[in-house]
Parts: sequence; C-alpha cells; structure tokens
Amino acid sequence: MNEDQVAEQFIVDLLQFLKSSKLYTDLFNAAQIEAFKPSLRVSELRKGVQSGLINGGWDRKLRNAIYHYLHTHPQQPTLPDPEHNKEPLLYIRKAQQTWEKKILKSLNSMCTELNIPLARRRAEREQKDMAARWTELGTDGPDERPWISLNLGQIRPVYAPKDFLEVVAGLQNTNYQNSVSNGGSFYNFWGIIQVPVKLKTINQLRVQYSEMSINQCQTGVDDLPDIPSELFDADRAKLGNKVLAANHAPVAREFSKKGCPDSMRGEMWCQMLGVEVDEVDILYYEQLKTCVLQHDLLVDNLLYKDVKLTATNDDHYFVFEDYLYQVLLPFSRDTVILKHFSHNCATPPKSYIRGKLGVEEFAVVYPPNGVIPFHGFAMYVAPLCYVYNDVVTLYHVFRQMYIQYFFRLHSVSSDPQGIVALSLLFEILLQTNEPELFFHLKNVGCQPLKIAFKWLMRAFSGFLASDQVLLLWDRVLSFDSLEILPVFAVAIFSFRKSNLMKVQTYNAAEAVLADVTTLQVVPLLQLALFSK
Amino acid sequence: MARLKYATDFDKSVLLNNFDTRGWVQVSTDDDWNIYWAGVHNIRNIFSVECGFRMGDDQVINHFPNHVELTRKDLMVKNIKRYRKELDKEGSPLAEKDENGRYVHLDFIPLTFMLPADYNLFVEEFRKNPNTTWIMKPCGKARGIGIFLVNKLSQLKKWSRDGKGNSFVAPTAKETYVISKYIDNPLLIGGKKFDLRLYVLVTSFRPLKCYMYRLGFCRFCTVKYNANVSELDNMFVHLTNVSIQKTGEDYNAIHGGKWTVENLRLYLEGTRGKEVSDKLFDDINWLTVHSLKAVAGVISNDRHCFECYGYDIIIDDNLKPWLIEVNASPSLTATTSSDRIMKYNLMSDVCNIVIPPGEFPDVRWNKVPAKENYGNFDLLVDEELAQAELLSQEVKARAGASNATVRGARDLRKPTTWK
Repeated sequence: MNEDQVAEQFIVDLLQFLKSSKLYTDLFNAAQIEAFKPSLRVSELRKGVQSGLINGGWDRKLRNAIYHYLHTHPQQPTLPDPEHNKEPLLYIRKAQQTWEKKILKSLNSMCTELNIPLARRRAEREQKDMAARWTELGTDGPDERPWISLNLGQIRPVYAPKDFLEVVAGLQNTNYQNSVSNGGSFYNFWGIIQVPVKLKTINQLRVQYSEMSINQCQTGVDDLPDIPSELFDADRAKLGNKVLAANHAPVAREFSKKGCPDSMRGEMWCQMLGVEVDEVDILYYEQLKTCVLQHDLLVDNLLYKDVKLTATNDDHYFVFEDYLYQVLLPFSRDTVILKHFSHNCATPPKSYIRGKLGVEEFAVVYPPNGVIPFHGFAMYVAPLCYVYNDVVTLYHVFRQMYIQYFFRLHSVSSDPQGIVALSLLFEILLQTNEPELFFHLKNVGCQPLKIAFKWLMRAFSGFLASDQVLLLWDRVLSFDSLEILPVFAVAIFSFRKSNLMKVQTYNAAEAVLADVTTLQVVPLLQLALFSK
Repeated sequence: MARLKYATDFDKSVLLNNFDTRGWVQVSTDDDWNIYWAGVHNIRNIFSVECGFRMGDDQVINHFPNHVELTRKDLMVKNIKRYRKELDKEGSPLAEKDENGRYVHLDFIPLTFMLPADYNLFVEEFRKNPNTTWIMKPCGKARGIGIFLVNKLSQLKKWSRDGKGNSFVAPTAKETYVISKYIDNPLLIGGKKFDLRLYVLVTSFRPLKCYMYRLGFCRFCTVKYNANVSELDNMFVHLTNVSIQKTGEDYNAIHGGKWTVENLRLYLEGTRGKEVSDKLFDDINWLTVHSLKAVAGVISNDRHCFECYGYDIIIDDNLKPWLIEVNASPSLTATTSSDRIMKYNLMSDVCNIVIPPGEFPDVRWNKVPAKENYGNFDLLVDEELAQAELLSQEVKARAGASNATVRGARDLRKPTTWK
C-alpha cells in the first residue's frame, strides 16, 4: 500500500467512525433544525446550513471529534497480522504472554486456596444493602459489609511493581548472538534493561518540551504567592478562561503545556481527553453500577485490599477513599476498555464457566475489562479526586486516562511510550547526564532503576505532594507523552546527587530517595532539561 | 548566641527540642526565667493579685492574664455580641444588617445563648424554628468533653428549672453551658465532616499585632456524616476533636484524620473554582481579625505576654466559615509524624517572632519582627505599622508593594483602610 492509499483508507475509517458515533445524529438533527429556519432560502441551503452549524459551535465539536480520533488511532497501515498491531516484536510478545500466564495462575491459585469463586451472583438482600451503602463502601466492620465474603487479610495483591521489574529486566533480544538467552554473557547496556528500543536523545527531548524552558513562565513556579501576580498569574488566568471558552482540544493542549491553574484543571483535562459527560455517559455509569451490585468478583476484593493498603494510609488521599471504590469497582466491569487491547501488547485474561474448562464457547474475559489490578493500582485514580468531585465525570476521565496512558505503564511492549522504553530512557539519560553517579550506584550494588521503577509505574502518584502530581500529569496530558516521567526521575537523582554519592549500600540509597514529597516538579524538570 | 532560660509546665518534645536546639537552658518556674511556657492553671496564680509576682523586663510568658475573655465559650460570645452592638451604635458600615436583622459582615458565630441565664430567650428562638438542632457545650471544658446535641426542649429540663428559679446564686463556670445553633450543613469532603484548626499568634492587643500560621490542618471525622436524627448521639459523626476520633474503630494512626490546609485549598480550587476559595480564605482571615478586635478592649495588654491561639472553624456547604471556639492552649501532642514536624515548626516560628533570634527578650522592644523571622506565619494585622503607613504617604507606597507579597494582602487592606 503506498502513501495515498494509506491516507484514503484512513479517511474512510475516520468517516466510518464518525458516522457511527452519537455526534453524527446530533449534527444531523442540528442541521435539520437549521434547514427549517424560515430565513433560509432553498437556493442557499448548503451555505445557510453550514453557517448555521458553525454559529452553533458544531464545527468545533466536529474538529474535536476528529482530533481525538487522530490521537487514539495509529496512522500506519493496518498490518496483516493483528498480533503485529499489538506488538511487532516476537520476543516481547512471548514475554508478555508468559507474564500473563503467571499472573493468571497466581490469581487462580489464590482462588482455590481461599475457596472463593472468581465471580458469583449476589443475593437480593445483599444487593439492596450494597446499593444503600454505595457512597460509603469504605466503612469497616464485617457485619456492616456482608458483601465482602471473606477476611481481607487473606487477600494478597496479585503482583507489585518489583515483580514486574523482574519481568522487564529479564527481556532479552534473541537476535543477539551473544545475548544471555543464547548462552553468552553479553550485556550491551549498563543498566538493568537490555532491550534495544529506539529512544529520544536529550536534545530531542529539549525540543519536545521546549515550552517548559526556563525563560518561559510556568504554572507551579511563577504563580506562587510571593511573586506579584501581574507578572504571570493574572494574564494566565485571563488566557485560560479564553481557552476554555474556545473548547478546542489542540488549543487546550497548547495552553496546558505550561501547566494548568488549579481552578481550570478539571475542564482543561476534559477538553484534552475529549470527555464530555452527557446523559448517555451518566446512564452508562449507572449501568456499570448495577453490574457491580449484581455480581461480586474476586477482583473487587483485590481492589478493596489495594485501596486499604495505599490510599487509606496516605496523608493526601485518605479522604477520598469512598470515591475510589465508586470508580474502581465499575471500572472493572467496563467492557469498553477491551477495545484498547488492539494496540496493547497484553491480552485480556480468559476464564471459563465452571465445569467447562477449555471449551471456547464458555470462555469469558475476566475481569470484564481485562485488567487485573496490581498493588498500587488505586493510586492512578487518587490524584484525580482533587480535580473532580462528581463521580461520573471522575469515572470517565479516569477511564480515558487509563486507555490513553496508564495501560502502558504495566504491560510489556516495545512501544516508545511503554514502561520498557521509559525505563531504558531513564537509565540512558541518567548515564548521559550523571555518569559518575550512575557508576557509583552500580558499584555499591544499587541499580538506579530498582528505586525509580515504582515511581514510573505509578506515574509518581503517592510519592509526590498532591499538587505536584497534578502539575506533572498536566504535562503528560498536554505533551501527550509519558516521557516526562523518566525525565523527572533523572531530575530527582541529579538533585540528590551529593547525598547519593556518599552512600555505600543499596538500603542507604533507598533511604536517601525514600521521601520525595517535598520536591517541586516544575523547577526540577527545568533544571534537568535546560540547564546543561 | 543568647542563652535564654526557659521554664515550662509541659513536658512536650516539640517544645523542649525547640528550646534545647537554641541552646536555651531549662530552669524551674521559681527561678529567673526569660520565657515561661505556662499552663493556664498556673497563669491564674502568676497574675493573681495576692501573688505579688511582677515580671522583669526580660521575661515573657505565653498567655495574657485574662485570655478567658476570648477562650471561654460564653465570654467570647458575649464580647463579640457587645462589639457588634458598639459598632452598630457608632454607625460603622461594618455593622450593616440585612433585612432579617442579621449582620452582613460580622455574622461569623452561630446564634448562641448562655444557659441558664438566657434560657427564656433561647426557648423563644427555639419555638420559632422547632425543627432545628442545637449543640450544648459546657463552658469550662475542652476536648469535646460533655458536649451533646439537642433537638427537643425536654432535653434541657435541667437548665429550665435553674433559669425559671429565683435563685441569686450565679452559676460557676463549671455549670454554665452555651447552646448554639448546630451547623447541620457542614461542607463535606469525601462525605465526611471536618473542621479547621488554625494557629493565630498575638503579640499585642493594643495595638493589635496578630499573625496567621499558614500550615493549619483539617480534622476529619472517621465516620460518614449523617444528619439523621437517629445519629445525633453518635459523637464520632459530629465531633471532630481528635481526642474523640482517636477512640473510634476506624481511626488511622498514619494520617490521623488530618489534612493540610493546602490540600483543602487545592481541592476547593479544583472543584469549586478560584474565586470562591479565595473568598473563603479571606473570610477566615476577616473573622479572625474581628474576633481579636472584639476582645482587644477588655484583655489586659501586658507587654510581657504573647499567646498562640488555636482557632476552630467549621465551613458550611455555602463555603461560609463559622468560628466555633478559640483555644488558649492548643494541643502540642503530635499524633502523626507530619503532625510532629508541623508543631515543631510552629513552636520554632513562634519563638522567632516573639523573641528576635539571638537576643534576650526586652519588654521595651517595639514588637515589630523582621520579615525573615516570620517563618510560616503571615502577618494579619499590625495596627501600629498600619498607623505609620497612613501617616506617611511615601512609606505607604513602598510598604504597599511589599505587603502585596503577603498572601493575606487582599484582606489586609480591609481592616487598615477601615481604620
């Protein structure tokens, strides 16, 4: 297929998508209303309807829809084998499949050990109980929570970041003649990751993040109270209001590259992600809620346990415990998420109806959204609670963020935005910028990635102060790239370099980097990217 | 480095660590101390007429003699009501009332009556709105002890007899109660009720010099808020005092149910918008200043004294702050590690403002600390400086520019320009 054919095919796909979306019917109805206006003459039908639609803001809605389609669908020609769309490299696919088998085995064994089904239908009374307590699922007490069928103490998270790190570290390109998997002892990289993935250099990153350079005012640095507001804050607020009124996703993106003011963040993110909550979305959420009430999944217990272990103990997020349940439980029933597996190397795990093991007709995806939560999963949602207090909006924003960004942080893939590439980027950047630090740490038995990996996998949620996480995620959304995460990790190491150079053990290094809640994201990023 | 001598009634690490780090020496309360961190029970003795103890020029103490005018619930209400009436008589624009007779700018305490003295007035008010809930608080107690909620007159039988009776015996502090309209629409976050604890340092009442600590915190109830009548007895739902919440099943010792004011601000700005959250914090500063002005006239302005008050404020769901009470001895016990750090820094900043670092206290000092010693405090009002500003125009221009950098600048203008 040559380029023209590819473009044509893309346009055809795009039109197909638009025609089947709700926007089409809305647009059609609006056009009909325009056509019925008495001031319109038949000879000028086309022009009149078009200008009427533009006045009504429909052109912006259409533009936004196309923009979001472009963003979420790859522009390369669809390759013959759908497996290649998920992941072009065979050895990585194999690694992911092995990992998935392992997780599933662990889940199943937990099931048989504790003698609980993966899913069961709830009794009527239990459903009513749960519905009444929907907004306070966090309250403890076995008698207050009869739907939790067992003691949470017996549940263990299926895996934690350090388990996943082992998988990622074990990736070896089988094409290398002397690589370890072929019996040799050839390590071609200093760090843990041994996969040759194409990465951006520091200069390319500087160009990509040029809006963050030191000579440009940024939210998070230049709008602090001790700086007179005429310098930056007041104009920024005015500009922000104009941007929000324009309701055009690329414009919102450009604005947010310098950070969102706290009060505008909610709307900005909705515009960037293309989330507009209407009645259909509210109904959909209610439907998911009903699914939660009707069936009890083992995954629910995993999520409960995760929230209890992470958010409930966190100074910043314990207040939002109940919101987390209201988002995570429906999330695990949402089958819309299955669509993203077409470009995610992972495959949703399957399970079989009792007694029909191996029979394909009785296979169901488990959990319904195909995502098995790990230790710390709840922290993807927690910072969002500072921005949205309406559960339905919170849910849709989280879902969109997961489908566009977060899924890359816990599946093995060669994608330049995947966790493997991000980890390698972290290591290479650290080696380039701070070679003596890297060498010193490696000598004392501390590979920097071992400490930084959990930061990357959770996108720093729970490690930084709440407002700093939000500033960081502003940049992730607006630059549409997770690469800022390893850049920030490198910045932290640079910042604490003098202490790190003195450590002599892995534990000491961990202690130096244990508490990063006092760090300010934006100045550190500027230092790391632009001060050499 | 000046080696001050300190005496203390409290064996608290946040205090002792602070003093020891400065190289200060602990002495007994009978010796010649420079700074005495006293408990309120000892204050009465020190300042009592019989004692005859006079403080030297180089001694400071952490309470004003009659701080109860602000810190006892009934006296505080009495003083604020009197202040409002005075302003009304003067015809000041601050005392403006709306069509219901409620003060527009000075309506920051919930409707309160003293029992048993005002029992009849209370009954009148109660009969006007019989479906409201009221909260009974004993005047002389703290930490949530003895508080209960009332929604039927029958629950107050005990006080009605005293009120109707003809006894001329004035009730002691132990027996008097205040009854206030319960704020049954508090702002809920995550479905839970919370209140704000803010620290306000006052180094002088006339002229008023007060500072607001930036790192206050919110105390959350561990149980979901439920305004249902059946839950009126469940103190875990209604009272946010840590000493009560601590005993609850769901109490978590890692965060202690405490949230920083910064997180509150972030949440409100994100979910409600900047203007309303800015207005809320301005209103909080406003009510602090006026509560202090209300008692400025009656508190004996001993130059040896300073005081760090704990202001308890509840925010209702219209984002209006209500002053619940003022504590003279805010707890210095740290319940979590971040709590300990915060209280340590609080004490450190208090010491720096009250005694210029490196010097001995001197009662003749003009009590204008250098800006770099503020730490995490923001200047709310310094009437002396404000007067000087008004008098000299060019100083005002320069000071105006530097005052703009203080976070409370917007409301800083209100009391000073009013003057």
